[in-house]
Amino acid sequence: MAQLSVEDLSLGYEGHVILSGLHFAVNAGDYLCIVGENGSGKSTLMKTILGLQKPLGGSIAFGDGLKPSEIGYLPQQTQVQKDFPATVWEIVLSGCQGRIGKKPFYGAAEKRLALENMKKMEITQFAKRCYRELSGGQQQRVLLARALCATQKLLLLDEPVSGLDPKVTLEMYQLIEGLNRDGHVTVVMISHDISAALHYATHILHIGHETFFGPKEEYVKSSMAKRFLADEGGKTK
Amino acid sequence: MIGNLRMLSAAFVQYALIVAVLIALCSSLLGVTLVLKRFAFIGDGLSHVAFGAMAVAGVLGPVLKEIKSGLGEAGLEGQLSGVIQFFIDNDMMFILPVTIVCAILLLRTGQNTRIKGDSALAMISVGTLAVGYMLLNLFPKSSNVSSDVCTSLFGSTSILTLSITEVWLSVVLSLAVMVIFLLFYNKIFAVTFDEDFAHSTGTRVDRYNLLIAMVVAVIIVLAMNLVGSLLISALIIFPAMTAMRVFRSFKGVTICSAVVSVTCAVLGILLSIVFSTPVGSTIVSVDIAAFLIFCILSWAGVGKRKA
Repeated sequence: MAQLSVEDLSLGYEGHVILSGLHFAVNAGDYLCIVGENGSGKSTLMKTILGLQKPLGGSIAFGDGLKPSEIGYLPQQTQVQKDFPATVWEIVLSGCQGRIGKKPFYGAAEKRLALENMKKMEITQFAKRCYRELSGGQQQRVLLARALCATQKLLLLDEPVSGLDPKVTLEMYQLIEGLNRDGHVTVVMISHDISAALHYATHILHIGHETFFGPKEEYVKSSMAKRFLADEGGKTK
Repeated sequence: MIGNLRMLSAAFVQYALIVAVLIALCSSLLGVTLVLKRFAFIGDGLSHVAFGAMAVAGVLGPVLKEIKSGLGEAGLEGQLSGVIQFFIDNDMMFILPVTIVCAILLLRTGQNTRIKGDSALAMISVGTLAVGYMLLNLFPKSSNVSSDVCTSLFGSTSILTLSITEVWLSVVLSLAVMVIFLLFYNKIFAVTFDEDFAHSTGTRVDRYNLLIAMVVAVIIVLAMNLVGSLLISALIIFPAMTAMRVFRSFKGVTICSAVVSVTCAVLGILLSIVFSTPVGSTIVSVDIAAFLIFCILSWAGVGKRKA
């Protein structure tokens, strides 16, 4: 069974439907990129999967031993976080919140896990540093380490490279690819960067007026992709 | 002037100091979260609600006395009259639930619909202030209405005139706030830093927001005695902002904010006794001074990472 299966999903805000009839499934080890124009509902889809928002119709099911609280989420940065006084250690450790459930404090196991994930993201030297004093790329690594504390199975990433310079963007992509390939973590990522999506992903979900879901190889051949690629290419040139 | 310090041996001054330390501690702990969550304005709105509730309690007082005088001394009637007397003596028992209910309502309307929440808050806050002032004028407790209003808005001497029941009530409530804060420290951090992420890991975010709002309501009702309803926000916001000038971790900010708040409260009370100034505004003035000192420290590079 798939880790995540979405059937006939409708989503939107306060009864206003922005997307309907959505079907797709994510299996363990997949790398799915969600692409589409601004305002097509990519972030709303991710929030609906996470249960932050109620679907207007259809269903979202978790399988393959995945519990809804075992998803690692990397949100877009909020205004609050930009001047939040917290150390890297405090933030990464807060990813273990789901593991301790109703217990008030973190135990040795959670601290070990946090340290392990900080090593993976190569940010151990920043442990005592303040989050807001780090560079954009370092901040993303912190949030990724936090997400890894919440999951070993499925990562949901909302534009993880937005605002990063090209070199750091490449490092971030390689880091995520490594987690997917060597760590066997399923990745679902919202991306603006269609060329990177086509390079790293195994599957593509394109939402908008039309919807496409399938392996990358099929997407490239579709008429939808050709139009979208031409549009995006036009914008960047 | 220094002779005034002899008052320190008086029981009512000692009560005032104990209650002030506890209230300052509670308000500073939650202050960090409120400032970071951009909830500071809720504290301000609720303090006006508490003022309105107090005016209503003032009107209810004579009504309750009327009812009590109709009751006998014996049996069930006697017990009932005892209960009513308790409510007459402690209007906190009326103000507290009203403020908590308003806190819950404000949080409910404030979610997702940001602009509507802002105006709802403004309406409740100025509305209760106006109605409260009118009630105080229509049903004056004493011949000097403006002095009564001044007391409830700026605290003036109410911290020095606490009854022993009020002292105990304050002690119990403050301890409860502190225990809740310690037990939920990690949850509060998670919810403050990133609601969406906390929600995705299975934390019941709305429950914790509710808990925070209720605790804030308790703190506001407590702090009303110390600094009066108009100055409560200062007690919540200043220590947190002061600590954030210099400290860079959530734990550091929380601890520093608590220390700053307690120090300023004690210093403020002592200064107000020595110079015969109003307690509330003296405490807030000391808070402002502390904030400026920390700004200078921050500017001088204290707490900054050594590159």
